[in-house]
Amino acid sequence: MKKHGALRVIYLVLIIIFLYAPIFTLMVLSFNEGKSMGKWTGFSLRWYASMFSDEEIMEALGNTVFIALVSALVSTVIGTAVCIALPRMNKKIRDAFLALNNIPLLNADIVTGLSLMLAFVAFGVSLSMGTVILSHITFCIPYVILSVRPRVKQLGNTGYEAALDLGATPGQALFKVILPEIRPGITAGFLMAFTMSVDDFIVTHFTRGAGVNTLSTLIYGQVRIGIRPTVYALSTIVFVTVLIVLVLANVFQGKGARARQGKRI
Amino acid sequence: MNKKALSAPYVIWIIGGTLIPLALMLYYGLTDGEGSFTLSNILAIGEPGHLKALLTALLLAAVSTLICFLLAFPIAVLLRRVKRAKGLIIFLFLLPMWMNFLLRTMAWQVLLEKGGVINSIISWLGFEKLRLINTPGAVIMGMVYDFLPFMLLPINNAVSKIALSTTEAAYDLGASEMQVVFKVVLPLSVPGIVSGITMVFVPALTTFVISNMLGGGKIYLIGNIIEQEFTVGDNWNLGAGLSIVMMVFILISMLFIAKFDKDVEEDLAI
Amino acid sequence: MGKALIELKNITKSYDGVTVLDDFNLTVNENEFITLLGPSGCGKTTTLRIIGGFEKPDEGRVFFEGQDITELPPNKRNLNTVFQKYALFPHMNIEENIAFGLKISKKSKDYIRDKIDYALKLVNLDGFGKRSIDSLSGGQQQRIAIARAIVNEPKLLLLDEPLGALDLKLRQEMQYELIRLKNELGITFIYVTHDQEEALTMSDKVVVMNQGYIQQMGTPENIYNEPENAFVATFIGDSNIVPGTMVKDRLVNILGADFPCVDEGFGENKPVDVVIRPEDVIFRAPGEGRIDGEVSHIIFKGMHYEMEAMAGGFEWLIQGTKPYEVGEKISIDVDPFNIQIMNKPESEDEEAIKFDE
Repeated sequence: MKKHGALRVIYLVLIIIFLYAPIFTLMVLSFNEGKSMGKWTGFSLRWYASMFSDEEIMEALGNTVFIALVSALVSTVIGTAVCIALPRMNKKIRDAFLALNNIPLLNADIVTGLSLMLAFVAFGVSLSMGTVILSHITFCIPYVILSVRPRVKQLGNTGYEAALDLGATPGQALFKVILPEIRPGITAGFLMAFTMSVDDFIVTHFTRGAGVNTLSTLIYGQVRIGIRPTVYALSTIVFVTVLIVLVLANVFQGKGARARQGKRI
Repeated sequence: MNKKALSAPYVIWIIGGTLIPLALMLYYGLTDGEGSFTLSNILAIGEPGHLKALLTALLLAAVSTLICFLLAFPIAVLLRRVKRAKGLIIFLFLLPMWMNFLLRTMAWQVLLEKGGVINSIISWLGFEKLRLINTPGAVIMGMVYDFLPFMLLPINNAVSKIALSTTEAAYDLGASEMQVVFKVVLPLSVPGIVSGITMVFVPALTTFVISNMLGGGKIYLIGNIIEQEFTVGDNWNLGAGLSIVMMVFILISMLFIAKFDKDVEEDLAI
Repeated sequence: MGKALIELKNITKSYDGVTVLDDFNLTVNENEFITLLGPSGCGKTTTLRIIGGFEKPDEGRVFFEGQDITELPPNKRNLNTVFQKYALFPHMNIEENIAFGLKISKKSKDYIRDKIDYALKLVNLDGFGKRSIDSLSGGQQQRIAIARAIVNEPKLLLLDEPLGALDLKLRQEMQYELIRLKNELGITFIYVTHDQEEALTMSDKVVVMNQGYIQQMGTPENIYNEPENAFVATFIGDSNIVPGTMVKDRLVNILGADFPCVDEGFGENKPVDVVIRPEDVIFRAPGEGRIDGEVSHIIFKGMHYEMEAMAGGFEWLIQGTKPYEVGEKISIDVDPFNIQIMNKPESEDEEAIKFDE
């Protein structure tokens, strides 16, 4: 038993090393004085300095955040609205909606990206940041539905009916009961959509206009001509940001759950 | 009415963002440059270069999916028994998933490069440098690294849903630890495994980024061919035709998931 | 009885081609405690939802105090519902839940405050106002659901199996609580349940439903003692339903033996069904009763023994306080007023309705 226990821990630790070694390598290299990928020549913050003064990187960073915010916002509104409407729909239509929802989710990004590009070209829409945002909304909506729908399902129809029964109009029932009840799902959906948008490369690659760069497309471009150490600094910043955001999200979630439990007798 | 107003934007988006684009993909794939019907773009998959790219993609995707499963299933089984700080440990395993996909792939390039970290260590130890990058192995490594969380997430969700009393009952009936894993936990997590397989296999099959970054332009997958036809090659009809062929494989895996698992939503819950 | 509060006239409702209510008529008077009782799928919940306004009937009209409210949405109806699973709003505390309807109708702060205090006292949860919903037990949540409904001073309270999720002990307590509330508030209750004991305990009037039809309507005593058909007889308590022949008024032949009874007007030599409750079957010494037989099973049930006996080729179910040996010879007798005669179903269709559960 004891021996097995040790083996288990070793296995899990090895996987953790596998998962984090590449990321930590980048982090270490970002503080390296020299340009080499393999040789440590001394500690320096110069790559961070040159990253922050690199207009291209800063612009790509701004674009990434802007695109992610807009598409997460729009997809959250659209996805939440349809989730609320779903339980009041006839079963056949609902099943059809959900099946359609799975298409962008399970389809390959390359097909999603290329087919959207074909559509933009066919309708004479010239590729720009706008087309990137429209495309991101398309693949973000399913993720919003994914996180909002379980909440709506869990709420059932009775919350809505109870509100009507107590004299609320359908509008009042929506804003006073349904939306507050499913808020955690909406928040999660928004975050999910935001992350998916930030993380996307393939769809952006095919639907962006000339000169429009996000972090992903910028890195892809650099990889072809040779990676500059500024990108290591960038990835360190990205990783640390992701870490902080996720830890905060978890802490807040935990706090909320504990606060609710605290009231328990 | 109310519900119609609420679902209208979604309907518009599904039609405009999913159905029309896919229809256009079909149109391009089934026509030539002048717009008349042809099957040649589809049949072009039979050309040696294309066929080789498709077969390579299928092979590499299958191998990396298998490796992901072999790595992820034991993790899920072991995580189930973790008692302290379970949330934190699961968080540790899924965290890399949130990191930008290109940065993760780039990290492997840095590790595997001729003058990269691994080779530096090897030569520091006094051995001959190895050719690591631009090999099928490097591409598989990248696929496994990038997609492992997508295998782990659904399997872990399925495994953690198995009630403790279910496995305890198996022990009680005389099953050994291994028997419990293979006769109880494994069959009960099939829906999660199936989603995991699809979620790794489809992106691995269709990738062009990983093969480009870690294959150094030497390893051509079907995704690379399609990307090139649309960007450099400028033969959109051919690219669309090959995409349709690729979609057939995606469709097969979608049907596969539908057969075993009705609830995609639960599998992807984080 | 008071005047009619709710009238359902010729209500028909079907879902996906399955008829749930068929030309259904029901009148509920003011200040009544009426229970709709029946197996699942009998249409009782649909009836309640039509009254509440959550479903529209395919045909027929609903009247509230003489006004046609068929098209009125739920939020415009002067009645409230206590839902099966409480349907409390988890993002609000107890006070906010209770105040919801009052805030919607823009009552003054002081009025709402008074109402909350009054309602919490009424349901014995004084001082719980600031607690969160998930800190409450099932029984407490149910009381809050009732409080939330009654602060709006509805004329009619609809209760959809409100005790279904509670355990037996709590259910019995809540039954008394509901009777007390109804008497204190003086409003009409329409209660839906599949639990016959609940229905018999609380109601002024019980409506037994099956397959979208009313099988029988009456006081609990009436329903229990004089079931009008085999469905009601089997659904309410245990019964022996024995085929017999009405020889003439006040005399019925059961399995070859004549039994005096109190029923009249069935005609002469007409085949009938006879209902005899297990506790009404009397064991006598062999030869001294009307049908001889022998005891085949006995189980101790705490308050009584449950026995089975073969007599006249029929297996009788009997409840008694005195134990008998298995195999013991006995003779069966029934007092005339404990014999309930029912007409045999006339068509096969009717039979199907009555026996298909």
